[in-house]
Amino acid sequence: MRSTKALPYLLLAPATIFLVVFFLYPFVLVAIDAFTKGGAVTLDNFRTMTSNWKFSETLRNTMLLAAVVVPIQLAMALSMATIVSKLSMGRSAILYIFAIPLGLSDLAAGLIWLTIFEQSGFLNSWLVSLGLIDKPIMFLGYQNKWVIFTAVVLGEVWRATAIMMVILVAGMGLIPKEYYEAAEVFGAPPWKRFTKITLPLLRPSLQTALILRVILAFEVFAVVAALSGTQFPVLMGETYHWQFTLQDRGVAAAFAMLILAISIAFTLLLLYLLRVPREARL
Amino acid sequence: MAEIQIKGVAKRFGAFTALHQIDLTIADQEFMVLLGASGCGKTTLLRIIAGLETPSDGEVWIGGRRVDHLPPRERGIAMVFQNYAVFPHLTVYENIAFGLRMQKKPQPEVDQRVKRTAELMHIEQLLQRYSGQLSGGQRQRVAVARALAMEPDVILMDEPLSNLDALLRLEMRAELKGVLAHSRTTAIYVTHDQVEAMSLADRIAVMHQGRIVQAASPVEVYRNPAARFVGSFIGNPPMNFLPAKKSGEEQFIVAGSTLKGPKASGDIEFAIRPEDMDVGPGGIPATVRVVEPLGAHTLITTDVDGKIFRVVLDSNAEAKTGDRLSLVPRADRIRWFDPQSTSAIQ
Repeated sequence: MRSTKALPYLLLAPATIFLVVFFLYPFVLVAIDAFTKGGAVTLDNFRTMTSNWKFSETLRNTMLLAAVVVPIQLAMALSMATIVSKLSMGRSAILYIFAIPLGLSDLAAGLIWLTIFEQSGFLNSWLVSLGLIDKPIMFLGYQNKWVIFTAVVLGEVWRATAIMMVILVAGMGLIPKEYYEAAEVFGAPPWKRFTKITLPLLRPSLQTALILRVILAFEVFAVVAALSGTQFPVLMGETYHWQFTLQDRGVAAAFAMLILAISIAFTLLLLYLLRVPREARL
Repeated sequence: MAEIQIKGVAKRFGAFTALHQIDLTIADQEFMVLLGASGCGKTTLLRIIAGLETPSDGEVWIGGRRVDHLPPRERGIAMVFQNYAVFPHLTVYENIAFGLRMQKKPQPEVDQRVKRTAELMHIEQLLQRYSGQLSGGQRQRVAVARALAMEPDVILMDEPLSNLDALLRLEMRAELKGVLAHSRTTAIYVTHDQVEAMSLADRIAVMHQGRIVQAASPVEVYRNPAARFVGSFIGNPPMNFLPAKKSGEEQFIVAGSTLKGPKASGDIEFAIRPEDMDVGPGGIPATVRVVEPLGAHTLITTDVDGKIFRVVLDSNAEAKTGDRLSLVPRADRIRWFDPQSTSAIQ
């Protein structure tokens, strides 16, 4: 009897030990790096971080990017998931096609959009060959901040909308058809069925999708690096910059802590906003 | 006022025909039960009336208005679903109010109608609960209340009692009948349970393989089945059938005894309900196989010419396995069927 009780824990032990050794331990080391300098406990690293002239722009850029990208992705993922859920044929084929960008690394995704927007890129050569412009435009220059921003938004939306959609399609599949029929009989037109039935019953999946996406949005790095270099600083880029260019592990660790704190805060917020009371679950 | 007319409605799913040319008129305030075994097309017909399914052919009219091209919400109907479909994310109150809110009724009216129907269904103390906190019977009541609150012209019910336990089903059956009679709506009720059908219906439409075999009052359906199927499907135990050999003008030999029958050109089929026979001289010879005393009466399964033949006798009748009985059918209760077309011969 005793051995069967212990079995699940024994089976979980390797994974648990792996996480403790390769995640929790380095995490503690990073936290120590962030809160100490020369062996003494201090907030100096955080002061250096926040007093840097680029800091407020970095924070603003990251937040702005998340605030624009996540709602666009949510709206797109919801409409795509609704359409996909209604398909009777070719549903998995379409899901696979939508999921292709998920198979690419974010750097590769950034490079794809770079080949479109750069001076010798697709967009310029098309515009020139169509005779719309005389010579290539430098879209991603420092004087075109909004173009860089738009390019990053496009890249991010293109790359990571499918993951939300896949989660939402799975969630929609769990809602019994009878609820929609009842709503239809009792007078709800399609839009009302979406807002009164789909959205409330989809809360658990929305929660998962949003938490995943919001966390990834605060960690945005490679797409921005590929498209803007350092023209559009974001938190993760600054972390990299302090660690490898400026060789200051303490400040880099402070940035990492800040990203973690923001991610946790938004996760808690989403858990609260999209909570479903136990008695009202499906 | 909502008379329902179904004109030549057919439904095909690919090569499979679920409904063949259904014609049926349901009078205003009538309680019509669609009765049949699973797969007979009764639910498909109900869903076509509701607008949840489109007919391949034919027309549906409700209250003098052709509705088969309209979405469900514009047909003046309400529906009770087999699995209740009580929304889990809304309270009982909001569930009942759902349709009224969709019609943008003012809050005082919503409140008054929700409270009244909740009272009618005895769930007024559950209004703030969620579906997850209710028993199956309570959910059923919410589903009915939600339909009644709409004050619809027509109420459609798809096996509403099939998920309840036997005792609760009995209780809800009686209650439904009372509530619906009082509400003066036209009702269409789908079931595979013949007892439910008999006890609720003003008229029963018996369905078989996508066709309506007979649409008549419960007593008529029971006493005068229009087809062999109706006799074998309705009644517990069902009708007994024996081959009848033509022996002369309006004369037939059934299991050795000669009976007066209808005009027919050849051999036909004799049918009798188990309770329509008495033990007496000169009847059908039967060998007792099983005796089941059921209290009020005794069900005896016998063997007539190698065929199962059941008879319901008074509970003080004494019979035991192996006895030979002579069963005399009551002349006015004998029915005859054409073995080819399976329909009744008058």
